[in-house]
Formats: sequence, C-alpha cells, structure tokens
Amino acid sequence: MSVMEQDSAGAPARASLLNDPKVRGIFYQLVLIVALVAFGYFIVTNTIHNLEQQNIASGWGFLENTAGFGTNQSLVEYSETSSYGRAIYVGFLNTLLVAGVGIFFATLIGFIVGIARLSNNWVINRIAYCYVELVRNIPLLLQIFFWYFAVLRSIPGKREKWSIFDTFHLNIGGLRLPKPIWEPGSFMIGIALVIAIAASIVVSRWARKRQEATGQQFPMFWTAVGLIIGLPVITYLVTGMPMHLEHPNFVETGPILRQGFELNVGINVIPEFLALTAALSIYTASFIAEIVRAGIQAVSHGQTEAAHALGLRNGPTLRLVVIPQAMRVIIPPLTSQYLNLTKNSSLAVAIAYPDLVSMGGTVLNQTGQAIEIIGIWMAVYLSLSLLTSAFMNWYNQRMALVER
Amino acid sequence: MSDTQMFQIRTEEAPRLPAPISTTGVIGWMRQNLFSSIGNTVLTVIGILIAYSLIAPFIQFAFIDAVWTGDNREACLAQDGGHSGACWAYVEAYFPQFIYGRYPTEEIWRVNIVYALFLLLLVPLAIPSAPFKKANAILFLVVFPIVAYFLLTGLVIGDTVVLPIVETAVWGGLLVTLVIAVTGIVASLPLGIALALGRRSKMPIIKLVSIIFIEFWRGVPLITVLFMSSVMLPLFLPEGVTFDKLLRVLIGVTLFSAAYMAEVVRGGLQAIPKGQYEGAMALGLRFWPMMYLIILPQALKLVIPGIVNTFIGLFKDTTLVLIVGMFDLLGQIQSSFTDPTWSTPSTGHTGYLFAAMVFFCFCFGMSRYSIFMEKKLHTGHKR
Repeated sequence: MSVMEQDSAGAPARASLLNDPKVRGIFYQLVLIVALVAFGYFIVTNTIHNLEQQNIASGWGFLENTAGFGTNQSLVEYSETSSYGRAIYVGFLNTLLVAGVGIFFATLIGFIVGIARLSNNWVINRIAYCYVELVRNIPLLLQIFFWYFAVLRSIPGKREKWSIFDTFHLNIGGLRLPKPIWEPGSFMIGIALVIAIAASIVVSRWARKRQEATGQQFPMFWTAVGLIIGLPVITYLVTGMPMHLEHPNFVETGPILRQGFELNVGINVIPEFLALTAALSIYTASFIAEIVRAGIQAVSHGQTEAAHALGLRNGPTLRLVVIPQAMRVIIPPLTSQYLNLTKNSSLAVAIAYPDLVSMGGTVLNQTGQAIEIIGIWMAVYLSLSLLTSAFMNWYNQRMALVER
Repeated sequence: MSDTQMFQIRTEEAPRLPAPISTTGVIGWMRQNLFSSIGNTVLTVIGILIAYSLIAPFIQFAFIDAVWTGDNREACLAQDGGHSGACWAYVEAYFPQFIYGRYPTEEIWRVNIVYALFLLLLVPLAIPSAPFKKANAILFLVVFPIVAYFLLTGLVIGDTVVLPIVETAVWGGLLVTLVIAVTGIVASLPLGIALALGRRSKMPIIKLVSIIFIEFWRGVPLITVLFMSSVMLPLFLPEGVTFDKLLRVLIGVTLFSAAYMAEVVRGGLQAIPKGQYEGAMALGLRFWPMMYLIILPQALKLVIPGIVNTFIGLFKDTTLVLIVGMFDLLGQIQSSFTDPTWSTPSTGHTGYLFAAMVFFCFCFGMSRYSIFMEKKLHTGHKR
C-alpha cells in the first residue's frame, strides 16, 4: 500500500506510474480504441474485397432502379414500375400501420384483461389469468402461424362471406369495409372537426379555471364528446351530405369465376394484416395486462381509503386518485412494450405481409445489396426506438413526483 | 308512588332474525366471489359462457374426436371429408423428427446422452439446497458445452474416427431449439457481465462503447440480426473463411441476448448497496478481485429470476431461425405439413397444438421457477 506510506516531508509517496488508476484508465481505453479500429479496418477491407469479388457495387444508386414486383397492400401509390426506394417506403408505411393498429388493440385488450385480473369475481379473474399465462408462454411466431394458417383457413372461401350488420364482410380474401368517398365540399367537415377540437380545449381551460375559482364543476367530458361528434355531423347535414360510403360489392350471380367481391370497391383489409394484427395485439396484450395489474397494485390502499374519506365516490376515486398514480408506474414499461410490438411486427416476413423487412428482403434478394438493406432496417428500427425512449424520458420528467 | 314505569322488562321473546348469510363453505364462497351483486352475477355467467365456448371445442378436438393411432392420413380423415379431431398419430409418427431433426438414427444415442447430461447437471444447479454448487456450475457452464460439442458434431483424432461427424445441416427440431437457446444464454452471460460493468465504468470511452453496443442490439429486431448474421457475416470474413450456418446464427443470437443480459446484470449491480463496494475497497481489494469475490456473487444471485426471464424470451425467439432457413422445433413441424402421407385438414392444427404444448410446458415451467427464486431471494434483502 504505497499510497499509505508517507515520506518525511508529509506528502504522500508517489505511486508507481503502473499503478496509477488514471494512467491505467487511459491505457485501457487506448487499447479498446485501437482494438475497435483494427476490428473495423479488418471488416471493412474484407467487405470491400468480397463485394468486388461478387461484382456488387455498393452505394445507394440501386434505390432508383425499377422494382418489378408488386404488393398486395400499399398506403401510397405503388406499382411494379416503381423504384426500389419506393418499395421500401411502402414497406415502412405498412410497418407503421400494423404497429399503430396493433398498439391500439393491444392497449385495449391489455387494460381490460389487467383490470379483470384484479376482479373479485373468481371466474373473470381466472379467465384473465389463464389468458395471460397461456398467451405469453407461446412463441409469437407460432401464434402468427396459428392465426394465419389455422384460423384464417377455416373462414369462408372467396365466393362466400360472413357479414356483420351487412357492413363488415369477412372471407378468405380478407376483411371488406365500406369506403368513405369524399365529394367536393367535404373539406367543411374537416374544418368543423378542427373547430370542435379547438373549442373543446378552450372550454376545458375555462371549466378548470372556473372550478379552481368557485369549486363548481362542469360536465367537460360530455361537452367535448358532443362538440367533437356533433359539430361535424351538423356540418355534414347542413352542407348537403358531401360524403357517402362505398359498400363492397358482392357478386352472387354470373360466371363462377366472377363471383365474390368486386375488386377495388370498398376497403379490403388483407388477411396477412388481420392475422398479424391479431397475433401481435393478443400477444402484447398479455404483457400489458401484467403491467397494468402491477401498476394498479402499486398504488397503496391508503390512497383509496383517503379518497373515500374525502367523500369521493368509486368512479372519481379511480379517475382522479388511483389511475393518475398508477399511470406513473405503467407508462415506462408500457412504452417499451409498444416498442417490442413494433419490433415484433418484423415477423410479418414469415407470412409475407409487405412490411419493411418483407419488402426489404425482396429487394435484397433481387439486388444483393445486403449491407445497404440491413443498414436501412437497422436505422429505421433504431430511430424508432430512440424516438420512443426520448418520448419516455420526456414523459417521465413531466410525470415525476413534484416534491415540495 | 305512581304506576308509570321508568323501565321496561321484556316479557316476551324478541322476533327471531334469520341467520346471517353464510360466508364460509362452498355456498358462502360462491356468494362472495361469484354472485355478490347483480353485475357480478352477469359477469360470472358471461365468463362461464366464454370459458365453455373455448374449452368445449378444444376438448372435443384434442381428445374426444382425436385419432390416436394410425399409419397414414387415412386414419385421420373424417368420414364426411370435413374436419376431424386432432391427428395425434401424425405427431407420433413424426416425433423423432420433432425431437432430433434429421439426425442419423444410429447416432441418436449421442443426442440422448447430451439431453441426459444436460438434465443431470441442470437440476441440481436449479435446486437451491443441492450441494456442490460451484463444481456443478463449472461442470455445467464449462465442461458440459465442450463435451456436448464433440458428442453432437463428432470427434476425429488424426485418422481415427471416434465419433462420426454429423453435419449441423441435419440437426433439427427440439435439438436446434435447445442448442440455440442454451448456447445463447451461456455465451451471453460473460459478455453481458462485461458490458454491464463497462456501462457502469468511470472510463468515458469504455462506458460509451458499452452503451452504444447495448442500445444498438436492444433497438433492432432479432429478425434483422438473424438476416445480418446469415447474409452480412460472410461478407465480413476474409475470402475462403466460411462459417457453419448454425454457428452464424449462434453468433447473432449471442450478441443480441448479451445486450439484454447486460441490462439484467446492471440491475443486479445497482441493487448492491454502496457499502459493499466501499467495504471491499477498504479491505484493499482491487477492481477485479472486488467484483469477483464480493459484488458479482451477490449481484448474480439477485438477478437469477431476470436471467431466467431472458432465457424464456430467447427460448421463444429461437423460433425465428426458421425464417433464415433453419429447422428448429416449429420449423420442423411447419415443414412436416408438406408431407402428403399425413396431409389432412387437421394436421396443421395438430402440429401447432403440439408445438404450443411443448413451448408452453418449457416456458411456463421456467417462469414458475423464476417466481419461486424471486420469492426465495427476497426474504433477507428486503429493507
């Protein structure tokens, strides 16, 4: 312990340079940098050499070449003559679509099951428990296969259908929905919606101010619902109904090959999308349910009792006391589940739903530009994940306990 | 003296009240938990209906209508040509393939020895009260992988063939699932520990490199990692050097799970009180002895449930290798559907049901174990 020894002057003896933590630290870091640079150099030179051998020109030029393959779902205009870049963009939008819809349903199912898990009713409680344990212990890919190959194969064929309210039709070709057709003048409805939202915000501010000043409450929720639904509906009627629904057309007569749904009438949700959304949202919901349960249980019972002692009923207790505190615990793991769902949507490639990985994979097979394609994938998913964690940090800061 | 009485004497018996509603016994329990209010009763009825509508067809399919024996698809076809029950005869016929893949039949004893050794070493390791933990851990984590490697791939010394070589291309089924999951977790443990320590390091560059590594792998889906390891890895290597396909997948899976493992271990490191670090330093221990003797034994014990949960996730994720053309349990089952000998309308359902049961047994068992360990570990450390 040379540091402990002191020389006659009272100053601590200098340790050997080899034992100085600072020097050692710098040394280790230098070694790491050198190793990384050498490793990177090794990889880059090998890659360049291998690419030259295979006659693959690296670079982004290939994105402008004609793709030459079609897709069964596209949110933007896309055809076989579009470019590779366009194909990847279509895939990206499809990923966002399935992730968005999946997140919506996963949250819905997850919250219902999570609350059911806390129910005093034994039957409901057990059903929720079995759901959670069963679903989260079976691989997602197996569930996707189950929905796509087992469930969707047992629904009616192309020339039959199941209908609900004569509006939603399901058969092996997917789900058919009525399509809203916007006519000139329909922009007024959009304007009405914007005005309604703005008005709700203004009224809610006023209501809060009034409650803080006088204690009087205002039925804000119903006012907002009325405004946001009512105003566009009134506009729709007043402007002479400039929008109508285009119902899917089911042909039952004529030559057998012509029977079934007419193409490009109404909205067609492809079966791959249905299977993927079902599997993703049911799988993720089982994790969200556990998060919700843990979050609600994390709010101590004293909070509920105190709220009751203040005279709040069950509804307001839940809405004003328990849920805001539970959300603080729920939101961070919930966001990471959303992120997992988005990443898991890449399993789409197994059932050929045209998502980012699926479309990119086709481009990769056609062009051989492995590095660029995998680079795009990773960049997209990484930036989604970084954006999500940025949002989570912002939210955590906002929601963190403000202590006096 | 007056006649007015200032008190009252009850001369006749008060009306008898009915006995309070029973809160014990079966009836009491049902009243409290199932029928306490109208809303609750409605929920109970709906719940029972939902459960019945799911369980009844399942039992019908899996047991009542099921075909248990048979040699080919004829046995499993329904009389009217429609859907019949589960075709367990098909699972029986394919069972060896689901467990061993296309591993040569005369060499299957080697796989069986590996399975047996694995269980023999894992079970005492998992039971907290079993003795010789350290020796057991070394056997399991160091000796077993080497033995298993030679048993599974084969061993040739000089010109003498001790064990014939078996190409990994013929491995499949549960064997591949277990090889990927176990190797992934065992190999990612040391890497994960190193990354976790790196992330908590005071040296800025080491910290930065660890963070970038961890966040990168955690931010991308496993499927892109698998594509990367099967398509990009060969590009990174000098010309002429080729890797086995299974090995490439293993590298990808290991790097991927190391990032998750690092976060689990970091949680354990953060849970160790600062006094432990300071105590170790006061004893004059340097960094590595401090970690090796004081911090890591405590931290790793704390994160056993986390490690088990990572393993469950990895075990489920191994199914993704079928997308890059390997045959794990699910891949093997999926590929068996193309066999015309057994193609019936219910073959697919039966195959998926079998896969689901196998995965459920493994994962549910492990998650119970993780909960058990969590309870066991949380007795002395609660503050």
